[in-house]
Formats: sequence, C-alpha cells, structure tokens
Amino acid sequence: MAAPESRVRERPLSPHLQVYRWQVQMVTSILHRATGIVLVFGALALAWGLQALAAGPDSWAAFAECAGSAFGRVVLFGFSWALAYHLINGIRHLLQDGGLGFAIPDFVRNSWISVVGSFVLVALVWGIVLMHWGQA
Amino acid sequence: MSGNANDLRTPLKRARGLGSAKDGTGHFIVQRITAVAVLLCGVYLLGLLLPMTGLDYPRAHALVADPLNATVLVAFLVAGFWHAKLGMQVVIEDYVHTPLLAGIAHLANIFVCALAAIASVLAVLRIALQGA
Repeated sequence: MAAPESRVRERPLSPHLQVYRWQVQMVTSILHRATGIVLVFGALALAWGLQALAAGPDSWAAFAECAGSAFGRVVLFGFSWALAYHLINGIRHLLQDGGLGFAIPDFVRNSWISVVGSFVLVALVWGIVLMHWGQA
Repeated sequence: MSGNANDLRTPLKRARGLGSAKDGTGHFIVQRITAVAVLLCGVYLLGLLLPMTGLDYPRAHALVADPLNATVLVAFLVAGFWHAKLGMQVVIEDYVHTPLLAGIAHLANIFVCALAAIASVLAVLRIALQGA
C-alpha cells in the first residue's frame, strides 16, 4: 500500500525511536519481541531433538554431541535465557492484561524485575543442572 | 490503493474498507490462552528436567515415554507452536509491508509452525508407543 501523498498539508509525524532516551520500559518491550523470535528457533531445535530421540540411540547421540559442543552450549544457554525472559515478562504481560501494574513507578519496577529475574532464573536452573550432571 | 493525485476521494473514503478484518480479538484471546498453557506445561517440564542427572538415550527415552509426561509434552508442543505462529504473524504484519512478500512470509510462518508441531507430536507418539 502506497503512503498517501502529503498534497494537502504537512502533518506532524509521530515521534519514533531515535528521539527517545533509552529507558527500561522500551528495553523490556523490545526484548519480549526479540526473545519471542529467538524462541521460534528454540522450538524448532526442540522439534529436532524429539525427531532424534524417536529415531533411535545413534541419532540421539549425534544430537547430544551437537548440543553438548561448545557452540551448542552457547546456543542452549541463549535459548534458555530467552525462555526465562519471555516467561517472566510474559507473566507480567498477563498481569497487565488484568489491568495491574500500569502506574509508572510500578511499571518501571516490574520491567527491572523481568530483566534481572530472567538472569537469576537462568543462573539457578543452569546451576542446579550442572551440579546434578557432575554426579551422573 | 491508487496513488493518483487527481483522485477526488478524501483520504477517509480511500481508507474505508481496508481496515480491520474483525478477527483481532480472537487472535488476542488465543495468544493469551496458549501463553497460559505454555506456562503451566513449561513449569511441569522444567520440574522434570531439574532432578535429572544426565540425558543419555535410555533416560531421555524413558522420560518422554512416561504417559503423563508425553501428554504434557504434546500439550506444550501444540500450545507452543500455536503461540509461536500467532507471535510471528504480528511481527510479519508489523515489519513486512510489500503485499507479495508479506503473503509469502505469512504462508511460510503457518507452514513451518504447523509442520514442526505435527512432526514433534508424531515423534513423541512414536517414543511413547515404543514403551519405556
């Protein structure tokens, strides 16, 4: 669809990203979308793992080797942080759908809870998993 | 829409009929329902993974083959890929403005999410039906 010509008169344009000072509310919104896109690929990786598991021990071993490589671990860590963030911020979105947390101080505080909480959650989960794995 | 400068119709007249397809509310609601489903199933699955001491083939296979785990996993996969499709749809609507490209992107999104969901569910069924 072509943009309508400004033949009548110049109208004021809505301000866009470049005129705003960065603030945490923008970061949480952008991160929610970005992690959502990342998690589509995470879901496809999960689909790949399930195919490997269904196909038998050899293909599962190949998948596990891939996931356990240095690159695989970095990707897995990235997916798990994206999931932790999208999970916590998603709960925040559901609460906001219920009309909660719209006062500006609450909104800013909850934004920080999403960001900091995602790192805490992912550190806890990886800490527990790595401790258990050592005892295998 | 025609970019004809001699078009005598007002901008409002030209915009009418091009707006909402009247199904946005359904999208919003299903996005929330699938979000809650993914949340509940995700917490359950995380609870399964945390006490594991490794994911070699027998352990991973037994984990997925358990009937309750397989049920929750299938629910997680269906809700998750549905949620992913709805989310990517909004991203495409926001950023892809060329009609042909947008159409291709929407089709690709639907097909990839649907196929991945079907393949994943079938994989879980194969594992579950092989027995522990």
